[in-house]
Amino acid sequence: MQAHLEFQFGMERLLATPQGALYWPKADVLIVSDLHLGKSERMARRGAGLLPPYDTPETLARLTEEIATYDPAVVICLGDSFDDLEAARNLSPYLARRLGPIQAGRKWVWILGNHDAGPVNLSGEHLDEFETPPFILRHIARADLPEGRFEISGHYHPKMRVALRGRSLSRAAFLMDERRLILPAFGAYTGGLWADDPAFAGLLGADAAAIVLGQPPVMIPLKR
Amino acid sequence: MHPHQRAMLRATSPAQVLIAPTGAGKTLSGFLPSLVDLIHAPKQGLHTLYISPLKALAADIRRNLQIPVAEMGLDIRIEDRTGDTSAHMRRRQRADPPQILLTTPESLVLLLSYPEADKIFASVKRVILDEIHALIDRKRGDQLMLCLARLARLSPQMTRVGLSATVKDPSQIAAYLAPDGGAEIITAPQGPAPDIAILEADIPPPWAGGGGRYGVQAVYDQIKRHRATLIFHNTRANAELFFHELWQANEDTLPIAIHHGALSREARAKVEAAMSEGSLRAIVCTGSLDLGIDWGDVDLVIQIGAPKEVKRLVQRIGRAGHRFDLASKARILPANRFEYLECQAALEAVRDGGLEDDPIRQGGLDVLCQHILISACAGPIAPDDLYAEITTAAPYAGVTRAEFDRALDFCATGGYALRAYDRWQRLVTRPDGMLALRDPRSAARIRQNIGTIIETDRLKVRMAKRRGGAPLGEVEENFAAQLRQGDSFLIGGQIVRYEGMRELVVEVSPSPQKRPKIATFMGTKFATSLQLSDRILARLESGDWSGLPAHIADWLDHQARLSRLPQRDRLLVEAYPHEGRAHLCVHGFAGRNAQQTLGLVLTHRMDQMGLAPMGFVANDYATLIWGLDPIADPRPLFEPDLLRAAFEGWLSENAVMKRSFKAVALISGLIERSVNGTKKTGRQAVFSSDILYDTLRKYDSDHILLEMTRRDALRGLVDFGRIDEMLTRVGGRIDHIALPRVSPFAAPLLLEAGRIPVHGSADQRLLEEEAAKFLPQAALGHR
Repeated sequence: MQAHLEFQFGMERLLATPQGALYWPKADVLIVSDLHLGKSERMARRGAGLLPPYDTPETLARLTEEIATYDPAVVICLGDSFDDLEAARNLSPYLARRLGPIQAGRKWVWILGNHDAGPVNLSGEHLDEFETPPFILRHIARADLPEGRFEISGHYHPKMRVALRGRSLSRAAFLMDERRLILPAFGAYTGGLWADDPAFAGLLGADAAAIVLGQPPVMIPLKR
Repeated sequence: MHPHQRAMLRATSPAQVLIAPTGAGKTLSGFLPSLVDLIHAPKQGLHTLYISPLKALAADIRRNLQIPVAEMGLDIRIEDRTGDTSAHMRRRQRADPPQILLTTPESLVLLLSYPEADKIFASVKRVILDEIHALIDRKRGDQLMLCLARLARLSPQMTRVGLSATVKDPSQIAAYLAPDGGAEIITAPQGPAPDIAILEADIPPPWAGGGGRYGVQAVYDQIKRHRATLIFHNTRANAELFFHELWQANEDTLPIAIHHGALSREARAKVEAAMSEGSLRAIVCTGSLDLGIDWGDVDLVIQIGAPKEVKRLVQRIGRAGHRFDLASKARILPANRFEYLECQAALEAVRDGGLEDDPIRQGGLDVLCQHILISACAGPIAPDDLYAEITTAAPYAGVTRAEFDRALDFCATGGYALRAYDRWQRLVTRPDGMLALRDPRSAARIRQNIGTIIETDRLKVRMAKRRGGAPLGEVEENFAAQLRQGDSFLIGGQIVRYEGMRELVVEVSPSPQKRPKIATFMGTKFATSLQLSDRILARLESGDWSGLPAHIADWLDHQARLSRLPQRDRLLVEAYPHEGRAHLCVHGFAGRNAQQTLGLVLTHRMDQMGLAPMGFVANDYATLIWGLDPIADPRPLFEPDLLRAAFEGWLSENAVMKRSFKAVALISGLIERSVNGTKKTGRQAVFSSDILYDTLRKYDSDHILLEMTRRDALRGLVDFGRIDEMLTRVGGRIDHIALPRVSPFAAPLLLEAGRIPVHGSADQRLLEEEAAKFLPQAALGHR
């Protein structure tokens, strides 16, 4: 069993896994974001290179492992699950076979992202947003977050650079403040955005922290 | 006319190698036959192609050639073509080539990638490869030889000429240039023996580190007494620090400049121009000036720090004394007491004429893949013909058809066990059996990725608030990542203060500080040759300190008293604490590449044994490993069978292999270089090649790229042969000495740049320590 980090958000107890998934024990919900399935195929299609075509099997293997570990009743994919809609179409027969067994007996929600903002022929609900009090789940964080609401989102693929005792580490990370939680990208071939990028300035408060992935993940303040 | 120039004119063989020290009219010798031929039989179209590894050299020689040609009133067009040539000029050269074209290997590759290449090169009579000795062991040379094979097919009557500095075995250069034999070797007289000696300063060298700065005054005195001096350093960091101190000592305000690869192109060009004009008295430089324009004024070369290889020392000495009948003058300044021994060994070797070997190694398959893609840009490929062609190039003579087909498959489909890309192949087989680009538009992308030189991840450095200003230079991304606001470092000779990063540019302001943090540039480093290492160990064993200055003899005695002197047939391993870490120093004398490998393998074993190593650094004589826990008895770590057996699996996970993979991935065309040196920002950022490496290892372990990576790492960075040599020599006799503090012999490593981090259990412990600092204050979360 992998080591996870327990922390509080929205007055709920949550777990951050070493692979970058989020588990909510009370509601038995597992959340992953930015799988970008089909990325290598899309890149080949666009003439951007013939990368090792193993990203989809690898990402799915990691997801299967998380589901086996936590056995959630609900699985939510927080957007950009597919690198584009054509990838989703090309992959759906393979995914239907592969995901079918693990989807069985669970509620599955696909949140639409900017890469895959359209219908996908896979079982589960396809939604723009999903509310499960006290949380609101969407792909991209919104500046207008009503008082008393807590938002969980993805999209930005946050990464953190940590300088420690003369050594510099670079890891994917969850970013959070009192009201917003941004998940790292779960997909195998995903790049990232540094946590000190101005894009985060408007979204996170001065008390923001990062949960840096590791065995187990570790929480440190977001220095800016 | 010199005899060797006459010999060149008379030569009728299809290939010639001219071995000549600098100043022997080497370049002119190369061109004389071309000029004579063009005078007798004037013709339009490309006649002579000259290739130099340096852009500046191509430009300079063009200028020099045009003078006599103009004076003789000859109607011969001479042009150069490099990365600096305007787009307009380049288009014209393709449509209407000059008779003599001077260019670089990369520009030649680009020219060969155009469909009209066969028309441009059909008329070529002579190809001159300058500084060929500098290319023979490099991927750049591999690529050039493949181009030569292509040229020979486009113009079968072509003669090839190689111009080389003095080497141990000229027949190897000859075999490289013309593998089928038949290369004539012409040797220019060597000139008088060089005037070289160790430069003694008023004070003895330090025990460790210092980069030669103790000798600044002695060097300055030499500069005052000579017309122009070149001061060579082995690393950029040392060059910066030395230049800084030299400037402080420059009471006569002599014009002294700095030149190295991390400075901006503008800065370097200014220095080179000033030197050509004769307005500089000295340049502090690195290997950036190993090759270059002959500056007639240079009458002294100073080598700071041990030279590592005798042949490099000999070639640097050749940069002084432009007139070949005058003895070249050079001085060596050992940077510290340890290096004194190596410098003395080098002096003896030069006097004995003992240079190192130049083995021809098999060419990189990644370079071959790039060549295949370039060929496809020029036109459809007939696989049989292409295979026949590449095997005429020396580095690829031994490539089997099976290996070639694997390379082709990689280029076409990615070569994966999972055949996922049939629809999107880069190369497709036509009905007539020829292989062609599936999408002609991909040619532009392929051309943008030409080259075998890989830059490490670097960021530009600029003065804050001066957006339009020229960059000061570049620093490694890792170095920049560690900087906090207010930290100071040296670049281009000035101390600057780090202000922050804006859009991947490091912003700085002038700093009033006197002492900077060191900028850890990672230039290429050469290992002390087996020959020199052997001479040093022999000296240490002899106990004969005669001829050594008192301070060196004292230091050797000091080491003998506090610890032990290394010996040829025993391995000395010292252990001591330093700055809160447990240190282990392994004095193997195997050369820095092998010592680096030893660091890899040992730290891997230590990590598995739960000993939490954090990193290591190696120099030519020893490897220093530090970690969180001390080791009671390190001897089991060196058990030869375990070391050798474990080497395979462990090596594959390490940072060094990932670095090799990144280079291979770029050169073979798996991933593209960042355009114009700028990185793409934001979420669309290209993800690290490390992810691709791990994926291949997990899902496709026989993939050709992993094999290329292995070969590269084994050869260059790994040098396991030297570890084998050391283990054999030592035969299990290991001495473990525990000390209260660093020993005289281990001290140099503490200041060595190029530390390799070990990402294992230590990382997790450090992260948790960092988190623990904030736990009481963390308002947001708790365990």
